[in-house]
Amino acid sequence: MEIKVLGPGCKKCGTLAEAAKKAVEELAIDANITKVDDMVKILSYGVMSTPALVINEKVVVSGKVPSVSEIKEFIQNA
Amino acid sequence: MIKSIQITNRKQLLLAFLLLPVWYLLYANLQNISDFLIDTVFQMQKGTHLSETLRFFIFEVPKVLLLLVLIIFGVGIIRSYFSPEKTRNALAGKSTFMGNILAALLGVLTPFCSCSAIPLFLGFVEAGVPLGVTFSFLIAAPMVNEIALIMLGGLFGWKTAIIYTLTGLLIAVFAGYLIGVLKLEKYVQAWVFEVKTGQAGTDETKMNFSHRIKVGLDTVKEIVGKIWLYIVIGVAIGAAAHGYVPEDYMAALMGKSAWYSVPLSILIGIPMYSNAAGIIPIVSVLIEKGASLGTSLAFMMSVIGLSLPEIIILKKVLKMPLILAFVGIVAAGILCVGFIFNFIY
Repeated sequence: MEIKVLGPGCKKCGTLAEAAKKAVEELAIDANITKVDDMVKILSYGVMSTPALVINEKVVVSGKVPSVSEIKEFIQNA
Repeated sequence: MIKSIQITNRKQLLLAFLLLPVWYLLYANLQNISDFLIDTVFQMQKGTHLSETLRFFIFEVPKVLLLLVLIIFGVGIIRSYFSPEKTRNALAGKSTFMGNILAALLGVLTPFCSCSAIPLFLGFVEAGVPLGVTFSFLIAAPMVNEIALIMLGGLFGWKTAIIYTLTGLLIAVFAGYLIGVLKLEKYVQAWVFEVKTGQAGTDETKMNFSHRIKVGLDTVKEIVGKIWLYIVIGVAIGAAAHGYVPEDYMAALMGKSAWYSVPLSILIGIPMYSNAAGIIPIVSVLIEKGASLGTSLAFMMSVIGLSLPEIIILKKVLKMPLILAFVGIVAAGILCVGFIFNFIY
């Protein structure tokens, strides 16, 4: 599973990356978490408010930091 | 599963309604509570520097926090109906002027964080929102917001809060309009126009009302969690000045008679960076100590609306002449507001 955190490196982006990591650990699944801070790439997902979470190339959340349990739900639904 | 969600939502609703009378009782009795603490519990002498400083602090901090919690909750619910994507679609292809007005209003309502100013700018430009209209949004969004409105209302009275909001919107509309008329598109970095945005696939828009209440509660947690410390520090500085700085101390420097005070306070305000929560308690004390309303409003708008970090961020997408035009036009607008209010009051 490919999980991407989109954001130019603000505080919230770090929080989201941490939360995503925790969700992956708790679910004990095999997932790759990468941070995307290149503006052009972020825009290519159609995201206008950062941070955003992308699972398997699909934007699941943008503009806020979801809770760990919300992220788990996204992962399970993906 | 669905039933259990409904029950927890109903519990949350019930809790919210039970909290309202508690909120009101607290708010209505704040003066009594702070008097009781100072005069009866601490047994402090009335009218000394220290007791009046503490009285101000114990009264103002919970007052502002209570107001914030209630109104941010309401605004959080309203905001859940708006998103940058929807705002962009509403503004795409709009004519200037009407578009500028709409953009300024949406700037107040759309959830916005200055850290996403760049993706927002790119998204707007790519969708064909005119440059001037985009600027109306970018100027209104940080400057006119619920936090400024509540804190001004709580500390200065609602008349000042409404004046600030209306003049802030006017500046956003006219500054954006002017930037549009001047045709400054050539000073946008070239790569901006080559960006291709994808279509976001989030379907966050389908929310029922109890979900929106949860969004409201989350917003309160997030915003109050972020700014409470600014408020405590701001009010503490304000309280100290309230108790110790003599009346009319600021009159010579920031009073009405000193015409240069308006441009000077704007210049001082540009490099300063603070949100509304931090600066407003300080400004309230400036006014109490003899600074005029126009000068104080100008200072506040300059600190909140124009900031060095924001300018540095914008440098990525804008060339220098456009940045200077943006800062110059907004500063000129603030200057007018400052002079007009010093003249009226």
